[in-house]
Parts: sequence; C-alpha cells; structure tokens
Amino acid sequence: MLSLESMARWEHFSHGSDIGVRGFGESIEEAFEQAALALTAVVADPSYIAPNEMVEVHCDAPDLELLLVSWLNAVVYEMDVRTMLFRKFRVLTSGCSLIGTLVGEKADPERHQIVVEAKGATVTALRVERDEQGQWVAQCVIDV
Amino acid sequence: MNPQALTRRSEFEWHIEPTGQMRVPAIIYAGEPLVRDMDEKVREQLTNVATLPGIQRAAYAMPDAHWGYGFPIGGVAAFDPEEGGVISAGGVGFDISCGVRALHTGITVDKLEPHKATLADALFRRIPAGVGSTGAIEFEGNEIDEMLRGGAQWAVAQGYGTPQDLERIEEGGSASDARPEFVSQQAKKRQAHEMGTLGSGNHYLEIQRVAEIFDSSIAAMLGLQQDDVVVSIHCGSRGLGHQVGTDYLKTMVSEGFGPIPDRELACAPIRSELGQRYLGAMRAATNCALANRQIITHLVRGAFVEVIPSARLALLYDVSHNTCKIERHVIDGESRELFVHRKGATRSFGPGHPELPSSLQGAGQPVLIGGTMGTESYILIGTNHSEELSFSSACHGAGRSMSRTQATKLWQGRKLIEELGEKGILIRTRSYRGVAEEAPGAYKDVNAVAEAAEQAGLARRVARLVPVVCVKG
Repeated sequence: MLSLESMARWEHFSHGSDIGVRGFGESIEEAFEQAALALTAVVADPSYIAPNEMVEVHCDAPDLELLLVSWLNAVVYEMDVRTMLFRKFRVLTSGCSLIGTLVGEKADPERHQIVVEAKGATVTALRVERDEQGQWVAQCVIDV
Repeated sequence: MNPQALTRRSEFEWHIEPTGQMRVPAIIYAGEPLVRDMDEKVREQLTNVATLPGIQRAAYAMPDAHWGYGFPIGGVAAFDPEEGGVISAGGVGFDISCGVRALHTGITVDKLEPHKATLADALFRRIPAGVGSTGAIEFEGNEIDEMLRGGAQWAVAQGYGTPQDLERIEEGGSASDARPEFVSQQAKKRQAHEMGTLGSGNHYLEIQRVAEIFDSSIAAMLGLQQDDVVVSIHCGSRGLGHQVGTDYLKTMVSEGFGPIPDRELACAPIRSELGQRYLGAMRAATNCALANRQIITHLVRGAFVEVIPSARLALLYDVSHNTCKIERHVIDGESRELFVHRKGATRSFGPGHPELPSSLQGAGQPVLIGGTMGTESYILIGTNHSEELSFSSACHGAGRSMSRTQATKLWQGRKLIEELGEKGILIRTRSYRGVAEEAPGAYKDVNAVAEAAEQAGLARRVARLVPVVCVKG
C-alpha cells in the first residue's frame, strides 16, 4: 500500500503473518520519520489523527539499523502507555543516537478506525541504506 | 517450499539433512500440499535454528509452520545446558505465553440459540478488546510483582475463578522461578491498564459448538459431546510480554551469543547471566498471560450468569503456545533436562505423563488448535509417540497463508461480517479492517493441519468445533 498523503513517502510490505513498514527519504532522518508514519498506518488511518500533543523520545543503538528498531519500538511504547496515536514525526540523529518528536492525540477506537495494536518492531527484513537512486530506505517487520 | 528439495521419510515427515553449520537435521511434519504452501523462509529459518549450540535431535516444524522471527512460527527446538545450549527470545516470540483456553459451558447449542445475540453483546461489553481498551484492575505499589510471581494462582487468590481451574492449566497455573525484578519498568508500565484485556490481531473470544467427535472414548474422558457449547479464549501476555520480548531481543542482539546466521535468532547461553535474566523475565511474562486468561474467564462467567444463568463454565484446559519450558526427555537412552522452545507450537504430552493432573492421566494432554472466525477449531489429545517425534509437541492453529496487506485487498470487514451472519456466526468487533485482515480465507485449511498432526502421530483428533459467536480484538 503506497501512501497518498502529501509529502508522505512510505509503504507497507508483506510478511507471512505480520506486516513490514518501509520509509523513504533524502536523509536518514526523513526515512526514519516516514517509517514511523508507516507504523502508525498499520494501527490506524493517519489522516484521522489530530496533531494536538507532543512527546519527545531518545534512542540509541550499536548501529543505524538497530537504531531504526529502537526508534520504532519507542513509538510503539508511547502509543501503548499513553493510549495515543501519532501522525507527525521529527527525527534528529547524532551518530547512532536520535531525538524524536511525536505529535498526535489520544486514541479513539471509533473515530480513528483502529485496526490492530503493534506489539513491537523486529529485526526481520531490517534494512537502513541508500537505494540505487541514492535515497535512504529504512524498513523492518512489525509484529502485530 | 519445494518438496523436491527435502528427503521424504513418510507421507507426513520430511527431512533436511545437516549441511554446513547445521548440528542436527531439520524435520517438517506435514502433508505434501501443506509443504508446498509453506514459505521458503520456513526452510531457511529451520536450518538456521539447527545451527544453534546445544540443540538436541532436530529442529522441528509443525504442520502449520510459517515465516516467523528467527524461529519459524510452528517451530520446536530443545537445548541442553550441559552442551552449551541457548535460550532465544525470538524462539519464544514477542507474545510470551500466548495461548488458548477452552471452557465447558454445561449447555447444548439448542439452549444457546435463543440467547446468542444477547450473549454476544454481553461478552462484547464485559471483555475489553481491541486497541486502547483498558481493564478494571489497577496495580498499587508492588502488586504487579505478586501477579508476575503467581500467574493464574494469583488471579484465583484475588477472586477471579476457583482453585479447581488451576489443575487444568499447564504448570498448575503458575510458572515457577519467575523473576519480576528482571522485567523492565517500561514493561510493567505497558501492563498498567491491560489486565483482563483480549488485545487485537488474531486474538479472539469464541463461543463454539462441538460439530464432530472423532474419538468418543477420549471425548467422554474430557466431558465433550456432540452439540455441546464451549468457549475458547485466545490471547497472551499483552503489553508486558511484548516489551519483555522487545527488551531482551535488543540485549541478545548486542550482548548475546555470536556469530549467528540471522540477527533475529539472537540468543544467550542458558548458563549465562543474560540467559538467566531472560528466563526469569520470560516466566514472569508467562504468569502475566496466565493471569490475564484467568481474569477474562471470570468476565466470561459473569456474562453467562447475566444471560444464561444455568450455564456452568468449567475449565477444560489452558495451553500456551509461545514458550520455553524445562522438561525431561530421553536423549541417547538417558533422561536429560532440556529447555524446549515452542514458538507457535503446543505441548502434547501423552497419557500417564507425570506433569498431567490426575483427571487427565488416562486421556493425555488436550491440544487446543485455534482456527478462524469462519471455519473450525479443533481439540486434539497428546500421544506418547510425540515424545520421540517432536519432544511432545504439536501444531497450534491454522497458520496464515496470506499476508495482512493481501487480505485487506481481497476482503471488506463489513461484508465479511454480513456473510458470516448469514451462516449463523455472530461477529462483534470495533474494527472492520481488523476483521478483513483476519478473514478466514487468509488462513490455511485448519482441517488439513489437524489431520496432518494426527497422521504424523503428533496428536490425535478428538473434536471439531465451529464458531457461533466471535468477539474480535
């Protein structure tokens, strides 16, 4: 499924029992932001989410690929404990650390048409690299 | 998967002989059509598991195997700590101790029929299901640690169910040696409002009818008759278990045993500090799942009291299918203590096994196979033969044959609910897309899976159940 939302550059890819998220970007940061938006779209339709509240997260990891997993798991964690959904993401990286900003609102199962909860981001099909066109791709499978 | 690439030992047993780094063979139990339908990833993951230190006999795939995380879902592997054996977070899975619980109701379908819509509504109202739903229990202070130590025993002590329930749960309803201190604060925080909630995805609560009896003698021992109404609950350890899986997968990737062929296979020696910490946390998460299913059982009983007061809901059995348990098995004529990983696989002890309660000694262990909301579920019984075949293991469900993305392209939730309603199956859900993702057509034929389990000797079919009401998370 390729997103039609303006500026959004993400897609889902198939996994046997769960679902893969893939973000594209001119920078690692943008690819990570788009992967997080793809994660939100696993759970609900991002276009129904109002940008009312902001949450900040900090992540680090031994390498860039595991940093993507840490980042997406931080988003899963904040969705779960705050019962929130997020539609805007900003990422600043420094080496293998990042500061992320998540903007969204309290989850409303009826209004947001919530589909499924995300259990966690996995290292399955994990990839953070430039593709042949030179754009960054950040992807992994989400266990739902 | 191409069956030509496997060595066929019998109609339902296929081998991959050890090559390269494999320490043991890989064995797949399934008929040829199921093998053909399996993802090539199952072969890759199974051969990777066969390379892990301390693995015994073989890496096994059950008839419902599909692409998982490091281990295939439907994978079984046993490790000996005396031979450097490992414990793998991926080999247990993110939803630690996810499982199925079946309950008798003491009523037959004719008694249910006039009340089924009212009962469906009462269950949907009483059992929190889906994203953002919250349970009624609030933990104060260290209460959550008591739950993590006690599991279903804790829940019964709190008034959720009766002591009789406990003997029909694996390990008497509580995983021993649980260590809540090895569970992160983040994991505990994720569980703060989730006790007694069903979750989402493939989790469900169903009222089912016994549609067919295969073995009347064992069925009688289990108290099952044609047209009996039973309740099945499929769920796991909720946010706490997911976070324990996430935390330890991350730590095992960076600090665990290496090198390994796939990062998702990240593991730690059983006899290492990390291995012991994970075991303690995993058992705590197991207790969270057991307590959760016990609380949901209490809520289900409340709904029946409200709608059909004459019903008596007694626990038939509770199995976990994402686990690692310490069990004794015979290797080269010697009884050894092994750590048996079952990822999407069910324990299937045969009659007379010392771990079974006295009431099941004659029958063996019930093996509960979840189907889909439009097809069937099965109750099988463990066999003694399965010990040598698969460390006493059998399948756990239908297994997906199609991705969620494909399913949403093919089906619409609202239309599916209407079609199932015409067949007399009532669905209660808050998510139409969730229903589409879980469409019956997105799963393998559970009849073929159950038959393959029986033909391979892993377990024997006792009863086929069809859904009447399904509450989806």
